[in-house]
Amino acid sequence: MTDIIRLTAADTAAKIATGELTAVQVAEAHLARIEAVDEKVHAFLHVDREGALEQARAVDAKRERGEPLGPLAGVPIALKDLFTTEGIPTTVGSKILEGWIPPYDATVTRRLKEAGLVVLGKTNMDEFAMGSSTENSAYGPTGNPWDLTRVPGGSGGGSSAAIASYQAPLAMGTDTGGSIRQPAAVTGTVGVKPTYGGVSRYGMVAFSSSLDQGGPCARTVLDAALLHEAIGGHDPLDSTSIDAPVPPVVEAARSGSVEGMRVGVVKQFRGEGYQAGVVQRFDESVELLRELGAEVVEVDCPSFDLALSAYYLIAPSECSSNLARFDAMRYGLRVGDDGTRSAEEVTALTRAAGFGDEVKRRVMLGTYALSSGYYDAYYGSAQKVRTLIARDFERVFEQADVLVSPTTPTTAFAIGERADDPMAMYLADLCTIPANLAGNAAMSLPCGLAPEDGLPVGLQIIAPAMRDERLYKVGAAVEAAFVERWGHPLLEEAPSL
Amino acid sequence: MTATTDLVPYEEALASYDPVMGLEVHVELGTRTKMFCGCSTELGAPPNSQTCPTCLGLPGALPVMNATGVESAIRIGLALHCEIAEWCRFARKNYFYPDMPKNFQTSQYDEPIAFNGYLDVQLEDGTTFRVEIERAHMEEDTGKSTHVGGATGRIHGASHSLLDYNRAGIPLIEIVTKPIVGAGERAPEVARAYVAELRELIRALGVSEARMEMGQMRCDVNLSLMPKGGDKFGTRSETKNVNSLRSVERAARFEIQRHAAVLRSGATVVQETRHFHEDDGSTTSGRVKEEAEDYRYFPEPDLVPVAPSRAWVDELRGSLPELPLQRRNRLREQWGVSAHDMQSILNAGAIEPIVATIEAGADSAAARKWWMGELARHANEAGVEPGALPISPEQVARVAVLVKEGSLNDKLARQVIEGVLAGEGGPDEVVEKRGLKVVSDEGALAAAVEEAIAGNAAIADKIRGGKVAAAGALVGAVMKATRGQADAARVKELILQKLGVGES
Amino acid sequence: MPGITREEVAHLARLARLELKPEELDHFAGQLDDIINAVARVSDVADQDVPPTSHPLPLTNVMRPDEVRPSLTPQQALSGAPAEEQQRFKVPQILGEE
Ligand SMILES: [Mg+2]
Ligand SMILES: [Zn+2]
Repeated sequence: MTDIIRLTAADTAAKIATGELTAVQVAEAHLARIEAVDEKVHAFLHVDREGALEQARAVDAKRERGEPLGPLAGVPIALKDLFTTEGIPTTVGSKILEGWIPPYDATVTRRLKEAGLVVLGKTNMDEFAMGSSTENSAYGPTGNPWDLTRVPGGSGGGSSAAIASYQAPLAMGTDTGGSIRQPAAVTGTVGVKPTYGGVSRYGMVAFSSSLDQGGPCARTVLDAALLHEAIGGHDPLDSTSIDAPVPPVVEAARSGSVEGMRVGVVKQFRGEGYQAGVVQRFDESVELLRELGAEVVEVDCPSFDLALSAYYLIAPSECSSNLARFDAMRYGLRVGDDGTRSAEEVTALTRAAGFGDEVKRRVMLGTYALSSGYYDAYYGSAQKVRTLIARDFERVFEQADVLVSPTTPTTAFAIGERADDPMAMYLADLCTIPANLAGNAAMSLPCGLAPEDGLPVGLQIIAPAMRDERLYKVGAAVEAAFVERWGHPLLEEAPSL
Repeated sequence: MTATTDLVPYEEALASYDPVMGLEVHVELGTRTKMFCGCSTELGAPPNSQTCPTCLGLPGALPVMNATGVESAIRIGLALHCEIAEWCRFARKNYFYPDMPKNFQTSQYDEPIAFNGYLDVQLEDGTTFRVEIERAHMEEDTGKSTHVGGATGRIHGASHSLLDYNRAGIPLIEIVTKPIVGAGERAPEVARAYVAELRELIRALGVSEARMEMGQMRCDVNLSLMPKGGDKFGTRSETKNVNSLRSVERAARFEIQRHAAVLRSGATVVQETRHFHEDDGSTTSGRVKEEAEDYRYFPEPDLVPVAPSRAWVDELRGSLPELPLQRRNRLREQWGVSAHDMQSILNAGAIEPIVATIEAGADSAAARKWWMGELARHANEAGVEPGALPISPEQVARVAVLVKEGSLNDKLARQVIEGVLAGEGGPDEVVEKRGLKVVSDEGALAAAVEEAIAGNAAIADKIRGGKVAAAGALVGAVMKATRGQADAARVKELILQKLGVGES
Repeated sequence: MPGITREEVAHLARLARLELKPEELDHFAGQLDDIINAVARVSDVADQDVPPTSHPLPLTNVMRPDEVRPSLTPQQALSGAPAEEQQRFKVPQILGEE
């Protein structure tokens, strides 16, 4: 059984297609693994044992009938708990939605089901995806499988921890400022933020609408590509969805190469605040790219220095509005309705009780940034910064085909270490945010362990919007070279749970 | 509910101040689906049966614009002689209210789809007044709340409220005028005429039925006074949801008198929202807000900008129907009626039925006579527009034709109309069933005339003696004998003939 | 840059419908002040002649035809309601405009 859980998604699907394994066997192996280790990791908020087995049986039946199976049919997957799932609780890591069972499926959920993937359950996350450590979940933190006293990153720490601890080969995340890539980096896994509009946001509980993007979490670049292809593509229910075919990501992942490519190293992403071991592994990665035939150039993106600030105005502003609907009237928690209080009072009491501190902070920050008298200085200026960042990207993508940087300035920090220091926490997303602001595609993949603490370091690759395939082309080449150098995938060095 | 409010007599108020008005009209579009989701807009459905994740504001749901909603907005803008934005966005208007599922209204803020236009309206005396349009923008309606436990469903004293979101998300167009100055004492009349003209326009475009009694068209009246001869606007009041033409006029009039009283007493007018009361035509202060509204508008990130191509806009411009005022002027000339009469026809909502009746073969005088007389009375009694009566223009035209042919007289025609309205069938069927044909059998008529002469010898002698006017009494007798089914003119003719008197 | 006062936090909390306790007001005032001070640098570009970006991709005119799609059933619509009555969402008394 342990072998099943260590298979890649691609191999699992192949074995199910040939009948070497059944989807039910695969689902059972993962459910058993969850049973065995999730008490320690706490990656899941909800496990849908019955639903998963039912989906698995359907795939097996389909195979027996000789019907064609999709490239990921029968492969288990875990969903970050902000994708709506009809009939299955969706909490967004918040008390305010405790027990809410959506009456509809997100487009991503629907596509996964249609592609025959087996949904194991919903994973832990920072409340409303606000955070970089998953400590802001109302349901308790998730441990990093490399060291359970450390955070798995956030906001999608549950998804990354689930795949890093072999509880699922694939998971869905969402990335607003780095919430797929940063957890991938600190758990030694692969995470991709597709081009904004590349994956439907319909049914993804919104944090910051103009930044949010759903994307794949996996253990290999190819697995991420297969998942990307399954969830990507135009959705008429999402006005911001790109009406064009999914970039050829699987093909790119199967033919990894950097030969002749120009790789830009962003000057701004190093220096103070960057852990020495992170910088060391990053520099080695750049060296590797050169060895593999890439032309490395340094690029200058001066406006990136303002990215974090712009992000912490735009995301809170949009969230202050997006989260207004949680008012105790139509769904979710209701507090203080004793027959004497007004709707207004009940709303205010419910939101005070149902939202955690980080959510309250950002909602108030956003309310401030949008309020009359401050709009131009804060929200308005932040949107201008966004233009400057997009222009920087545009300019440097004339000099380079992809950009690279460390995904996050440090390796996984200890649970509780930054809990009372919001600004320190925000720094975790320093390198990931520009791609969200401009809508670019970006990936994080493992590039080794930091010598000083033995924890994973992530390499970030950024591609122009709608050129997601370049991430996979470069990512697959780097991954293959590292695995060859290390003799095995990095995750095999993680302690067994 | 109405607090006693000091008022200055209207003429006195106008002697000292010039009213400045701003009118904001919300029109619910008659699209098949809501503005941002595919839910039906059909009226009368069971509560919460026309809702989906999007219009319920469920977590994760997203909006997508209704193309017909955008097209209707542009057509309204063009008909109001507005410029159409080359590029504009939706914005979120943030405020909490339980009837608004997302706690923000998807609206437009500083980038309306249409702006800088005007609408000419005609006043009772036939003069034209130009109302300048500031903007027309797209937004969405709210759900509907029912208040339980208080007196007569009012919010005040209610123990709780019940919400139905079927209406939430139905497209609205908000049309805002520039300050209307210079109307003087006619300001209330201008307000009414403007809303009436706008309603005609909306209907002519076919974008909404704009029935005010159904809430498909709602008006807010903003009013302030400035000292006569001054040029600085005073503080305005905003009277919300004034939902009939008559109320618009009354609300403006009341506010003019109230503002004047406040100013005359040396106090200052409070900027506030006010509620209009149908019963006595007064307004009262709305809830005083502890804090100024701060809607924190920002561009709606879930929708992309609207950039109507000039080709599309030109195409829509080319397909606009004749505008109601032009059309009314044309019809007025064709029908040969006065401006005042035309205004009455407009106010009665009878233009379309009359036009259709003429098209169906009636002459214009007859069509007007029936729709503005008998049918207007019925409509009034039933509290509906004439066009909503259960009689078609074709049926009215048929009645008119029967009268013209002489098969019916006016009295019989009225009975036929009664029958049609009562659901007894079409005019010919009613004539048949009720036996309402004019007696045109000359033999029978002659017999009845003889009988009448024989029975009223004294009157007959008077007539023979030249008092032709006395013939009326004999005609009455014949009509009575034929149960009204004779052609009175023919009867008179026969009587005079019989008595050897020529009609002078 | 102006500091965020306790009163301002109270005002923001009212706008955002958050019933905060007195000690929370102080706590958040300090934190929000730190964050605002840190991010206020964006206003350095306020005077630059740069258009704002509200959407990461330059899409326009995404519309759907005016065609009815199936709605939820009232049961589904009300499935998450904290309280319901007569197939409607039952909510506490609404203070406000009549
Ligand atoms: Mg409005
Ligand atoms: Zn809907």
